[in-house]
Amino acid sequence: MATQYTLRAKRRKSALRTLAFLSPWLIGFAVFFAYPLVSTVYFSFMQYDGFTPPTWNGFDNWSYLFNDFPKFWPAMQNTLWLVLVMVTCRVTFGLAIGMLITKIKSGTGVFRTLFYLPYLAPPVAATLAFVFLLNPGTGPVNSVLESVGISAPSWFNDADWSKPALTVLAVWGIGDLMVIFMAALLDVPKEQYEAAELDGASRFQRFRFVTLPNISPIILFAVVTGVIAAMQYYTQPIVAAKVASGRMGGSGQPFEPGYPEASTLTLPQLVYNVGFQRFDYGTACAGALVLFVLAMAFTALLMRRRGGLIGTGD
Amino acid sequence: MAQPTEKKNPAVPTARPASRPVTPAQRTARRKALLHWIAVHSLGVAAALFFLLPFVFVLLTSLMSDQQALTRDLWPRDWKFDNYLTVWETPGFLTWWRNTLLYAGLGTVLSVVSSIPVAYALAKFRFRGRRLSLMLVISMMMLPPQVIIIPMYLFWAKQMDMSGSLWPLIIPMAFGDAFSIFLLRQFLLTIPDEYLDAARVDGCGELRTLLRVVLPMAKPGIAAVALFQFFYAWNDYFGPQIYASDNPAAWTLSYGLESFKGAHHTNWNLTMAATVLVMAPVILVFFFAQKAFVEGVTLTGVKG
Repeated sequence: MATQYTLRAKRRKSALRTLAFLSPWLIGFAVFFAYPLVSTVYFSFMQYDGFTPPTWNGFDNWSYLFNDFPKFWPAMQNTLWLVLVMVTCRVTFGLAIGMLITKIKSGTGVFRTLFYLPYLAPPVAATLAFVFLLNPGTGPVNSVLESVGISAPSWFNDADWSKPALTVLAVWGIGDLMVIFMAALLDVPKEQYEAAELDGASRFQRFRFVTLPNISPIILFAVVTGVIAAMQYYTQPIVAAKVASGRMGGSGQPFEPGYPEASTLTLPQLVYNVGFQRFDYGTACAGALVLFVLAMAFTALLMRRRGGLIGTGD
Repeated sequence: MAQPTEKKNPAVPTARPASRPVTPAQRTARRKALLHWIAVHSLGVAAALFFLLPFVFVLLTSLMSDQQALTRDLWPRDWKFDNYLTVWETPGFLTWWRNTLLYAGLGTVLSVVSSIPVAYALAKFRFRGRRLSLMLVISMMMLPPQVIIIPMYLFWAKQMDMSGSLWPLIIPMAFGDAFSIFLLRQFLLTIPDEYLDAARVDGCGELRTLLRVVLPMAKPGIAAVALFQFFYAWNDYFGPQIYASDNPAAWTLSYGLESFKGAHHTNWNLTMAATVLVMAPVILVFFFAQKAFVEGVTLTGVKG
């Protein structure tokens, strides 16, 4: 009897202790995650401009967003483009640079630092720098290209080239992937390479049958986190559009994200545009929920139990 | 001693003793190795140029006159170091620094202090709902901030009357930050349980075990989290745009830098000088804390 009593008291004490340790996050979760998320769902069915009280309008926001808002499908397409092309380029080059670093025997530290630094450059500063570098008239890149006889594109000022320009900027900031791939590559057991070499495997075969299988979980991790990052892509396109168009959004300079021709508009910017520039909070919340569903679908993939990419440690 | 054994696979060709004849097969192998060495190193140099040149061009342009910055010249004709002084003395620039330091400094302290106990519980306690909690933390980490921004903005602007300031960005940091919790938890998993058990056997309560035993061992992890948090706030553009854009007195460097370009329409030289001033602290800190950075990045991706 007595032992059972103390056991229960002990359990209660340990439960209270756990709650105490978790409490900052529990409050944060409720106030800054659960409550606003539920509110977003609620507002997506309301007509609300921030001044007149919200009124119920059923699925009107949703149908407006999907059928009548001219920029919704371009934003979806741009997001998809960035997810496919930007993520592919980042992962491919990240892996290539990671491999290159492990092959270079002299001055590794210097090279590694050089390749890593751009990742640290503040996004606004990096974007400003790239808009300047890729400036069609006077930018150094086009000057160099044209001096060797290549007719250079207008990059951020051309609807066909604005997304590739953003991709170049994203590939420049590849340092995080390089570090992750480098760590993974150094973890591949040396014996497997030696065995493959004894069997007469070529360089490519060693990459295909030893390296790739060993690092495939990391590649998948890089792809999924890259996809989530691409869906959140916000600062670079909005700053590039503002600076390249010369319309900074001040008085007399109305600014619409996506310049040129909505070619760089992504879902997060659409939420900003509809909510904070058009003051249509209801439709903005509907757009936010589309973003939520996409992001959570990929997060679920990241945490899938079998072959899950983030171990939950059980 | 026997003759030195033949090197199996020389990565770099070396001078050979004349006494040993070289078979044709060895010669091809050596030539291949040399070609490979050249290919790898020229690729390395090309990649280094791609990563380095943008910095170089930005730096060079920041030292040009306004007229020259609009030409195709790549090299400054006369070096205008006072561009930096002009930027520094632009009204508002110092305010942006102060605001950024407040947001990044206070935000980092708050989020690290509030995230440590949560990460500790998630890494070292056994309790019902542990897996679910961790999954929720990861979901919060992956949630694009735009998903919940409208209710959040309405809450801070209408209920709390705090728009036009950075407090809506700083206050939430006191309630644990999902990314910091996750990263710290990954780090704490690498600390063996035996140390904690030893402390408990010696009669330490959980809080004392955390403060006296775990924290000293977790310093590298805490440093990584603090750095990431600091740079997150330093680089944040979306947050200040939503809450502070109406009030220039509350702008941060990231938000101010963009408007700086707006105010100096054609002055690429000044804009690039401002860009350098915003990038420089980040790069300086990196050189002092390289290890913590790299450790943090690997923790997010590889371990777990």
